[in-house]
Amino acid sequence: MIEVKGLRKSFTLGKRRKTRSVEAVRGVDLSVAEGEIFGFLGPNGAGKTTTARILCTLLEPDDGEAVIAGADLRKDPGAVRTRVGYVPQGGTTTDEITAREELVLQARMYGIGKAEAVERTEKALAAFELTEFADRQCKTYSGGQRRRVDIAMGIIHEPKVLFLDEPTTGLDPQSRAHLWDEVRRLRDQGMTVFLTTHYLEEADALCDRIAIIDHGEIVALGTPSELKHGVAGDVVTVGLNGSGPRAAELFDGRDYVRKLELGDDGLRLYVDDGSTAMPQIMRVLDGGDIHFDTVEVHRPSLDDVFLTKTGRSLRDK
Amino acid sequence: MKFLRDTWLVYQRQLLLVWRTPARLVIGFVQPIAYLVLFAPLLKTALAPTGAQTYADAYRIYVPGLLVVLVLLSGFFSGFGLLGELRSGVIERSRVTPAHRTALILGRAFSEVTVLMGQAVVITVVALPFGMTVQFGWLLLAYVMLALMALMACALSYAMAMLIPSPAALGPLINSVSQPLSLLSGVLLPLTLAPGWLVTIAEWNPIYWTTNGTRALFTGNPGDSSVWVGMLVVVALAALTVTWATRMFARQVR
Ligand SMILES: Nc1ncnc2c1ncn2[C@@H]1O[C@H](COP(=O)(O)OP(=O)(O)O)[C@@H](O)[C@H]1O
Ligand SMILES: [Mg+2]
Repeated sequence: MIEVKGLRKSFTLGKRRKTRSVEAVRGVDLSVAEGEIFGFLGPNGAGKTTTARILCTLLEPDDGEAVIAGADLRKDPGAVRTRVGYVPQGGTTTDEITAREELVLQARMYGIGKAEAVERTEKALAAFELTEFADRQCKTYSGGQRRRVDIAMGIIHEPKVLFLDEPTTGLDPQSRAHLWDEVRRLRDQGMTVFLTTHYLEEADALCDRIAIIDHGEIVALGTPSELKHGVAGDVVTVGLNGSGPRAAELFDGRDYVRKLELGDDGLRLYVDDGSTAMPQIMRVLDGGDIHFDTVEVHRPSLDDVFLTKTGRSLRDK
Repeated sequence: MKFLRDTWLVYQRQLLLVWRTPARLVIGFVQPIAYLVLFAPLLKTALAPTGAQTYADAYRIYVPGLLVVLVLLSGFFSGFGLLGELRSGVIERSRVTPAHRTALILGRAFSEVTVLMGQAVVITVVALPFGMTVQFGWLLLAYVMLALMALMACALSYAMAMLIPSPAALGPLINSVSQPLSLLSGVLLPLTLAPGWLVTIAEWNPIYWTTNGTRALFTGNPGDSSVWVGMLVVVALAALTVTWATRMFARQVR
């Protein structure tokens, strides 16, 4: 449904002599299948919005090819526009306009006739549970309601692909869960969803497949469980106080340790199987006379994936 | 056809928005009326050297100037509205539709022009009880000139807003363009009162011609050369600025 090859985009900042170029997207390749929720996970400034905007014809790429729902992005941007929906980051509703007015207008901007636009609006309002307050101005809505209006606008012309840029940023957990259900419902109706996020939980729980992007490059791609298994079977985190480097040395080269990392939270050991590695790890720690506070085994999270690929954590930034 | 339809859609929405924010509308109407009423006592004496004998004479000179100031300054500041909409994603949302690119910007400009012309009509009507008289046909022609001025100012402001998309930097830029233009056009008092050298400079200012043209129409001198020169100038300027703004908008990458 979406085929992207070698997508690049850089921006020039500053004036005259002090110009500086920011490479926002540096050679992105990806392929999204029909009817899947594809997550684009990365920290702020990674290039998620830029990629989404390029694919929606809002920005011209410096280089690269893309075919979206059968339309070539460069040769036929007009066809791409009719086949994709885009919900920008941060929402687009206007305080003084009602949901119904916004939806009818958006439909009409797609060239849909008045009667048909009204009919589609009615359906969209019902589907997104907005009918009750459809004639109130948007300023009276909650954050979650506003975001639902945004998404309803994004699909009013029945696109094949829907791009959602950070759809749940700033929403409370309940509204977020509600929105996830809406997105799943769209997927189940056959829509392909391309969603950007910097929330690990969102990528994990909602997306069928994920690309992790950092500094404009895709560093990992796959289903959430593929990605997590790719890191290692399990992660053992040993909470240490002070003797980190010495402990790291002790574990260096042990055959059951696939990879180790010394972080703020202690020593992280990536092992195939936590339950068999644990006793060995305890023995080594005791033998080396290392004081430790805690030992935890956990299945790797997407953050572990991000950490191993980039050396940084995506959490709490 | 599609272009007209899309322009109409955007135009309607923008007008609806104006209607829903009455505070802005009220200020827009009250302010010029206050100018009209509070400035009146000063007028007659100030304009005496230009041959104005009565309040009616004074208003025929002052009102067109006031209207020019209104459409120019309000027009010049419409770029801020566009900036706000660019930031809020409203324009982004319409740019992903197949809607005509030019319609997205022209619909907005036309709605600004409509509001300004509404204000112009109110000011004219308020000036009538003060004894101002103006021939209807010439008044309509003066409104056409004013509408074109409003469109020009609005398009120029849009272009500048897209060139410098920061409200903090846009304000000074707009001021530095609009102030000399209006000061050197004799909007408030005709430049017939000014020394010769100032008039020579002013003759290079297109707004000088449109102001004089509007004033000539109000004072019932449609044969004055400033009418056709002003009309030509404003048509050319409006075409130029609208082209510039639409080009910028189509290329705009933010
Ligand atoms: N219009 C622009 N002009 C200049 N730089 C930009 C522009 N848009 C994005 N950037 C830069 O490109 C990089 C990627 O931005 P973005 O795609 O918005 O990241 P994300 O959505 O992942 O947070 C950032 O460094 C950002 O500052
Ligand atoms: Mg972003």
